Amino acid sequence: MIQEKKLTVQIKGIRDGLLISLGEGEWTELQDTLIQHIQERASFFKGARVALDVGNHILRAIELGGLRDKLSDQGINLWAVLSNSPTTEQTAQVLGLATKIFTPRPERTNQAPTHHADGELSLLIQKTLRSGVRIVYEGSVVVIGDVNPGAEIIAGGSVIVWGKLRGVVHAGSDGNEKAAVYALDLNPMQLRIANYIAVPPLRKGKSTPEMAVITDGQVEAIQWETKVGGK
Amino acid sequence: MSATVLTISSGKGGVGKTTTTANLAVALALNGQKVVCIDGDIGLRNLDVVMGLENRIVFDVVDVVEGRCRLRQAMIRDKRVSDLYLIPAAQTRDKSAISPSDMVRLCDDLRSEFDWVIIDCPAGIERGFRNALAPADVVVVVTNPEVSAVRDADRIIGLVDAEEKGPARLIINRLNPAMVKRGDMLTPDDVLELLAIELIGIVPEDENVIMSTNRGQPVVFDGKSRAGLAYQNIARRLRGEKVPFMDLEEKDGFFHRISRFFKSGGD
Repeated sequence: MIQEKKLTVQIKGIRDGLLISLGEGEWTELQDTLIQHIQERASFFKGARVALDVGNHILRAIELGGLRDKLSDQGINLWAVLSNSPTTEQTAQVLGLATKIFTPRPERTNQAPTHHADGELSLLIQKTLRSGVRIVYEGSVVVIGDVNPGAEIIAGGSVIVWGKLRGVVHAGSDGNEKAAVYALDLNPMQLRIANYIAVPPLRKGKSTPEMAVITDGQVEAIQWETKVGGK
Repeated sequence: MSATVLTISSGKGGVGKTTTTANLAVALALNGQKVVCIDGDIGLRNLDVVMGLENRIVFDVVDVVEGRCRLRQAMIRDKRVSDLYLIPAAQTRDKSAISPSDMVRLCDDLRSEFDWVIIDCPAGIERGFRNALAPADVVVVVTNPEVSAVRDADRIIGLVDAEEKGPARLIINRLNPAMVKRGDMLTPDDVLELLAIELIGIVPEDENVIMSTNRGQPVVFDGKSRAGLAYQNIARRLRGEKVPFMDLEEKDGFFHRISRFFKSGGD
């Protein structure tokens, strides 16, 4: 019995509290196993800061939020969720949970692809990003919706916003100066490309689609015309 | 009877959540609805003061959850209007005294006896907010026409969506038509452009609100107050009535434009 549990729920101490890794299996069962495990050692877990590695499970807000509340009932503070699934990561980010911890992740057999040609990887987000949401992604990010003030996008590649961009955006976050930021209404709080930072002047009124690129060592916003955008 | 659980939240403090809760509760009760309010702000309770029921508290919500009293014993009946009750918060504990599942159970126990369970959510996005959100059927976000309040409202709306309790509905509180006219205050259009959710009421700034709050007599009881009228209209909209947005000040014509906006913009 104990042996079996060890396979599905692994717990180890890390610098920032505890790291709990959940294995494969049916989510509800896994969750029950975890809660049972915690209840058996209630005094050990009480008040703990926990990061949860959910592996390949694809979780929606209702599932992740539910687990967080259950943990909270046990006096456990869930602060981070690690996952191989971008969907789950996004859910975690929306719930205000971290998706990265400083300790290296445990080895996994089925890693998400890490080697890819430049520009191949991209994340499509089909909703408005509201204040407090932070999207971190190694490839390009496409948002169909607005990016409100207080929201942040950090992308290894370019960022394209089919809507109003008013939050903070960092394109080419790993130093790629060829990255660009495109928006139907480009009015960010702050805009970064690679190592350059620009604070655009506040603008009122109608605006046309624009793109921000680095030209001659400066972030520049230019009208997004077919011949420019098409390249 | 099965109650609608309505959570009033805002993110930022001081925008008028508690005042809104008290007034909507009274307005609904005046309309013949059975209403119970729960103060979710454990440790910093206020709703009892605003409703003028502070001196009648014996048991509170934490006593109910921890089994020190029956639910009925913690419900304070408001004598000014029929079928309005308050379950006060504990003042000597903190938010961790109850959990989201406690709140869900508590509200489920109340559902069969009431038309409305209204929860006054504390400021912030931590435990207290999650306690208040867990049982909600409808979430109303209160904001002021100020950049910081709108920013926090945006965050709350996102969190409400993430918990699949959305879309939240919006009340713009403390709008000063004269300042809007001078261009010194965000207009309802500015607020809605950013938040992009359904507006169910605009409450004008009104000195009567502060006076009535201090007296523990919600402003809705005052038939002449403009803010009181606005709350009554919101209560009717919550019940599904189509109530046009009122011309709060005929003379400057500003609210004419607002009401036009909503006729064209609202679904």
